Amino acid sequence: MQKHIRQAIESGVPDSFSFMHPLMRKNYGQWDWHERPRPGVLHHVSLYGDEIWTVRAGTQRQMDTDTIRELCEIADEYADGYVRFTIRSNIEFMLADGSRVASLIDKLLEQGFPVGGTGNAVSMIAHTQGFLHCDIPATDASGVAKSIMDSLHDEFINERMPNRVRLSTSCCQINCGGQADISINIQHTKPPMINHDLVANICERPSVVARCPVAAIRPALVNGKPSLEVDEKKCVCCGACYPPCPPMQINDPEHSKLAIWVGGKNSNARSKPSMQKLVVAGLPNNPPRWPEATAAVKTILQCYKEDARDWERLGEWIDRIGWQRFFDMTGFPFTRFHVDNWSGSRYTLNHSTHIRF
Amino acid sequence: MKTQHKTPNLDQLESGPWPSFVTGFKRLAEKNDMMADLLGQLEHSYENKKGYWKGGTISVMGYGGGVIPRFSEVADKFPASAEFHTLRIMPPPGLHYDTDILRKFCDIWDEHGSGLLALHGQSGDMMFQGCSSENVQGAFDAINELGFDMGGAGPSVRTSMSCVGAARCEHSCFNEAVAHRTVMNSFTDDLHRPALPYKFKFKFSGCPNDCMNSVQRADMAVIGTWRDDIQIKQDEVKAFVQTRGRQYTVDNVTSRCPTQCMTLNADDSISIDNRNCVRCMHCINVMTKALSPGKDRGVTILLGGKRTLKIGDLFGTVIVPFKKLETEEDYTGLVELAETIIDFWAENGLEHERCGEMIERIGFATFLEGVGIEAEPAMLAQPRSNSFIRMDTWDEEADKWKQRHAEKAGVK
Repeated sequence: MQKHIRQAIESGVPDSFSFMHPLMRKNYGQWDWHERPRPGVLHHVSLYGDEIWTVRAGTQRQMDTDTIRELCEIADEYADGYVRFTIRSNIEFMLADGSRVASLIDKLLEQGFPVGGTGNAVSMIAHTQGFLHCDIPATDASGVAKSIMDSLHDEFINERMPNRVRLSTSCCQINCGGQADISINIQHTKPPMINHDLVANICERPSVVARCPVAAIRPALVNGKPSLEVDEKKCVCCGACYPPCPPMQINDPEHSKLAIWVGGKNSNARSKPSMQKLVVAGLPNNPPRWPEATAAVKTILQCYKEDARDWERLGEWIDRIGWQRFFDMTGFPFTRFHVDNWSGSRYTLNHSTHIRF
Repeated sequence: MKTQHKTPNLDQLESGPWPSFVTGFKRLAEKNDMMADLLGQLEHSYENKKGYWKGGTISVMGYGGGVIPRFSEVADKFPASAEFHTLRIMPPPGLHYDTDILRKFCDIWDEHGSGLLALHGQSGDMMFQGCSSENVQGAFDAINELGFDMGGAGPSVRTSMSCVGAARCEHSCFNEAVAHRTVMNSFTDDLHRPALPYKFKFKFSGCPNDCMNSVQRADMAVIGTWRDDIQIKQDEVKAFVQTRGRQYTVDNVTSRCPTQCMTLNADDSISIDNRNCVRCMHCINVMTKALSPGKDRGVTILLGGKRTLKIGDLFGTVIVPFKKLETEEDYTGLVELAETIIDFWAENGLEHERCGEMIERIGFATFLEGVGIEAEPAMLAQPRSNSFIRMDTWDEEADKWKQRHAEKAGVK
């Protein structure tokens, strides 16, 4: 007999109110002000006079079920059985009783979850899948995030940066990790290596041609077989052809390098949102700890911390001091690769005599 | 139990103060063969600096997307993790959970999958990682029975995100959770059955701090704002100035205002020229007790944000400077706007072209005409500076503007 196949219930996004801490449900839309009594803790007060304390802790994001059960036990003991997560995979426990904050923090630290990531701190890295699950990764994601957060742990548990610092990593040049104050992304440096025997059977050639941002791919007959060829002078090594056509291998264990970009900002506070800009490339993709990339991130953070004014985001600090001084201070080389050649790039050039000497 | 692979590279990621994913993987590997071989493949990737997954086609009954299929290219070495698919499941807005539901997810995932759960992916999904092809349907059925549904993947409307918002933030300018659900649940068909030019993402941020990074990551960003005056508690302003000092207040609050619309008065109170306030949030962020957004709240809607592929990163652009989101009619208006835009893009976008890229290709003025939205100064940083344009219908266009103004004046 044929097995009955269940039809999906197309319920969409579930309602959040039943999963919300009761105090948050009661005071929904009625919060009045907040303060941060210590790093990792938020204290919100509502117009009704209700108070709620939030304790934020870092997680590894990629969690085994036992880790989640462990966090559930903590939530049951301290936070009435409710938790929420932040966009950067931090977990938050909400407490109705402020006197229990200290013991919850002790408990989290004892179980190995760092408490912090609030206010002017370095929060957890927004990251991608990497070797663990992506089909086009040139590097790992969880391992890079773990390595960098290990070395920035002190900046996660303290609030001693000029303003908040948001980091991201991406394991291919599509950059799913997103814009951030500091972004650590893979950068391919060689055009794809094409396995011409496989292209005809695997790839839908017109859509691969269409995918190329610089029109460097064209259909060709290679060894009597329909395939694709790449104009290597035009190719920007972005890897966009690889997902629709895996025989166009872009990942190169030797030549795919890491690059660091800074000054991305999505908030509208003070200045308008901004895109991140290239600082340094050519860093080795060096698992399991990526020490060179971590060192470069720390150099940037150190200069920012020492020189920026209170409330300046990383990009705003550089806008004030100028790129010349930024490169002088950090010691990274300035190259012709920092000059954008893409459409619209004239607006990134200096059209004035405003120069710092 | 399967023999455990040696993982000298991954072992080095177990030390240090940050929680280690490797330790959790090893715990799972002791009871789950799939995770034992997954660890082996991951170590293999660390050794060779190469990924070994390829995609495929896996879905559940009735849907076209939501499962990310992964087949190993080194299955001969690591057979138990030959299939390691991910189920993307949509979380509640604001990522709230009770422990009861989290434990149920854990039990389901231990039974049907690897026991590895990522909270959360970059689009905002719960990612149930590591499922064999055979178990995908069973795992989804069990999760679906709990009232949770599949997220988006492929050329479709994608899973959305909204901030904690009104649930715990005094800056919240609209009901993020309700807007998020109302919009998303109007597009379940476009989410579950990929048939658009490419992905389309909605994100909801309660205020201009944009904690969801919607301006750079969402095709349609809905960001809270207000039209009236910033609310000031002058006694709290004075308390702030007295604690931190006048110098600190000038250096960190008033002089940081991007439009210089704030003055610190001699009596330690603050005056704001609200007509010139651009709702940047800085002063409110610093003086959390003394200042808050005004009372006439709503949203600004921006369109076309995305990351690099294929023409480079784009910000969203304002298409609706202000919209109230209070009545059922307001929400219907928001959904209809999204429908109009998605329909136009589905009709005119090229394959694999994001909405913002289509706008770049056809021009913003053309796009506005296509979706029937009138241009407004708030949509621009500045009017054109290039004189190469044909303007023979100037008088008609100018009349439209005058008429719209007259109508607005009439409403007031």
